[in-house]
Amino acid sequence: MTDLTATSVLPRRANFDSDEMVARVKRRYRSEWRFKALGGAALVLTAVFVIAVLSDIVIKGTPAFTQHSLMLDVPVRADVVDPKGTRNPEDLRSADYFALMREALATAIPGIEGRAEKKRLSGLLSSGAGNELRDRVLADPTIIGTTVKVPLLLSDDSDIYLKGKQTRVLTVPSRGTATPSGTTGEITVLTSANDFADDLVTVKKALAARIEDEKSRLAIAEGRGESQASEVANLKDEIAALSARAHQPGVEEVLDGKMPSLMVAINGGLVKLNRISASSATGTVYIPLKSADEAAPGAWSVVTYERPESNRKTTDIEAAFLEKLRADGKVENRFNTIFFTHGDSRDAELAGILGSLVGSILMLIVTLSLALPFGVLAAVYLEEFAPKNKLTNLIEININNLAAVPSIVFGLLGLAVFLNFFGLPRSAPLVGGLVLALLVLPTIIIAARASMKAVPPSIKEAALGVGASHQQAIFHHVLPLATPGIMTGTIIGMAHALGETAPLLMIGMLAFIVDVPQGFLDPATALPAQIYIWSDLPEQAFEAKTAAAIMILLGVLLLMNGLAIWLRSKFERRW
Amino acid sequence: MDMTAAKRLEAERIAPVTQAGLPAKVVARDANVYYGEKHALKSVNVDIPDRGVTAFIGPSGCGKSTFLRCINRMNDTISSCRVTGNITIDNRDIYDPSLDVVQLRARVGMVFQKPNPFPKSIYDNVAYGPKIHGLARSKADLDEIVSASLEKAGLWNEVKDRLLDSGTGLSGGQQQRLCIARAIAVNPEVILMDEPCSALDPIATAKVETLIDELRANYCIIIVTHSMQQAARVSQRTAFFHLGTLVEEGPTEKIFSSPSDPRTQDYITGRIG
Repeated sequence: MTDLTATSVLPRRANFDSDEMVARVKRRYRSEWRFKALGGAALVLTAVFVIAVLSDIVIKGTPAFTQHSLMLDVPVRADVVDPKGTRNPEDLRSADYFALMREALATAIPGIEGRAEKKRLSGLLSSGAGNELRDRVLADPTIIGTTVKVPLLLSDDSDIYLKGKQTRVLTVPSRGTATPSGTTGEITVLTSANDFADDLVTVKKALAARIEDEKSRLAIAEGRGESQASEVANLKDEIAALSARAHQPGVEEVLDGKMPSLMVAINGGLVKLNRISASSATGTVYIPLKSADEAAPGAWSVVTYERPESNRKTTDIEAAFLEKLRADGKVENRFNTIFFTHGDSRDAELAGILGSLVGSILMLIVTLSLALPFGVLAAVYLEEFAPKNKLTNLIEININNLAAVPSIVFGLLGLAVFLNFFGLPRSAPLVGGLVLALLVLPTIIIAARASMKAVPPSIKEAALGVGASHQQAIFHHVLPLATPGIMTGTIIGMAHALGETAPLLMIGMLAFIVDVPQGFLDPATALPAQIYIWSDLPEQAFEAKTAAAIMILLGVLLLMNGLAIWLRSKFERRW
Repeated sequence: MDMTAAKRLEAERIAPVTQAGLPAKVVARDANVYYGEKHALKSVNVDIPDRGVTAFIGPSGCGKSTFLRCINRMNDTISSCRVTGNITIDNRDIYDPSLDVVQLRARVGMVFQKPNPFPKSIYDNVAYGPKIHGLARSKADLDEIVSASLEKAGLWNEVKDRLLDSGTGLSGGQQQRLCIARAIAVNPEVILMDEPCSALDPIATAKVETLIDELRANYCIIIVTHSMQQAARVSQRTAFFHLGTLVEEGPTEKIFSSPSDPRTQDYITGRIG
């Protein structure tokens, strides 16, 4: 075989020094490098997106975990809480605790006279502000007649204002001595230095910006021709008036709701400025001044609310009240227990995820207790006992296809079969669980079959070899060894079910439900449905709630996937 | 039923006794095996004596393992497999529909090519068979069976202090002896061994061979092997298979010293295979 004559028929040997070969090797290295670089880039891109999404959610959601309340001393007046004096829990429950809260708040900021202002003040509170006191009275009626310190829940807008999400607040210390002309009503503040000059410049700049706006609107109106003649004339007049104001530096300027709000904090009071010149300002007193005495340089300040009043929810007077309460140390930012202990609510500050969380858990209980036994037994039968014929082939193909059916179709099925045919109640976790069980059944069957296939056939043979029946071999040996894989598949299927919204849409689980469900037939919603509902609401506070609920959902999913990984690594066997 | 009874009588009439004078334990008459269209085993006739070791030798794919797996009907698990002809153990047709295949496998133990202990404790590995067949009346009974089986398999001294350790943690040779202990724990009449030493090193092989030699006093052992030296060392009778047919069967010394068929001659001298 090693005959010399045979060399002529041997294949050509590569010349590793030829240029062609060197180029080939270079090309191979380049292509390997390219592949690595592309893979790395893909990884980095993915990481960037994941981090961007997660950090956005966390940044938006974290504020929802705290909630501002007012800590006030509230006299629990017997004539309000229990006018009949019977201490009957029913009467105690229905008493007007909010009135007590309103009174306590009025005491905290004295000197507010006008009806409109008073309404604004009590509007800072949540409609559920009295709930805490009600619960305390019901738990211990002996506190009636005493004065207790309770947290008064603030409304969602006040809460957002205090979290600094509505406007930036700039406080500029003063340079001159200020003299207010009074303590209430319209007053003028004169300053010895030109304390308002900077603000005046800012206002003039804002005017210049508005002139540009108006000019572009004018151009559009002119482009439309004759029909807009009056509009054009109006705009021209306005531009002329604005530029007259803008180009006269130092002249007194009127402030309006479209400009940043200016206030003067002086002598313990707060004045909202309406007109300013370089050295004097006229405005309305929101919080009465303690006195009309002169204020030394540095003892008073000009406060700017950068976002114009017309662009935010909390008006200047409400902001003034909140700032005053904060300065008095009455505001507390506490952990938001309501979020974890309440169901949904139309008031953002009273809305919680407990209802939807319980709904989701109830649904998953139904899903698991149906899908796991049915799925595993179906898998065992198909994998080990079913005769291999056309019928079982058809069933197998259908099961595999079922895993790819859009989930909304399962919802329609649930609507047609469980609600319309069997007459089960709408919005019930039982129906949701049934629908989700159908959804995860193929996942579990496929996972269980795969993990049973992964058990070496030698184990089954060994069992058969000592005289175990087929069924004994499966249930004593194959199935226990497949259990980690089945559990992993089941948990991942459950996580899938937990995040599913579309099928719930069809069976009425996408609903506003206040009460936390107590059983499988109570109306309920699910976590992802709750997220969808909140994301649709206009109130700004729900934005944070939505992100916070997403965090909870992701946390639960992460927990479930972690459990799956842990089970897999704990029970994984190597042969 | 008449057909089967007639067949059985026929089988008894032909050869209830092997040439060596020992009672025949396993008898095959015109046994054929098909895997779908493939005719894997062609008309095998053989008498295998009780209390002794019979070796099946032959090149790969000659049908020796196929025949071995017919004897405890392990081929039933392959759906395309079909067996015709007549195989009896103690004159009882093992393919008789009235025969319970699970009981058959309890009577005919099997040891596989690759050691395949259950991923359970050593104790549970051995105790599994007696448990499912109800051979132990009490825990003490079961302990007795386990220790006796492990002792017979020559493993007792090595594992007596760690019976609750996993069987898969043993070395390859120990695992194979554990599998033998598991097989003899249900006290079978026949033990089938499908190349039991092919995955073992020479020292472990020697131990298993010694064990086989000890066991032959009590069991009918049939061993499939690729190693002719092993066949020569452990068996009293040897059967040579080639291309699905049983070429020759006889006392081991005769097969290796003066085979009557030229194909056997070629195989044992290394010219085919």
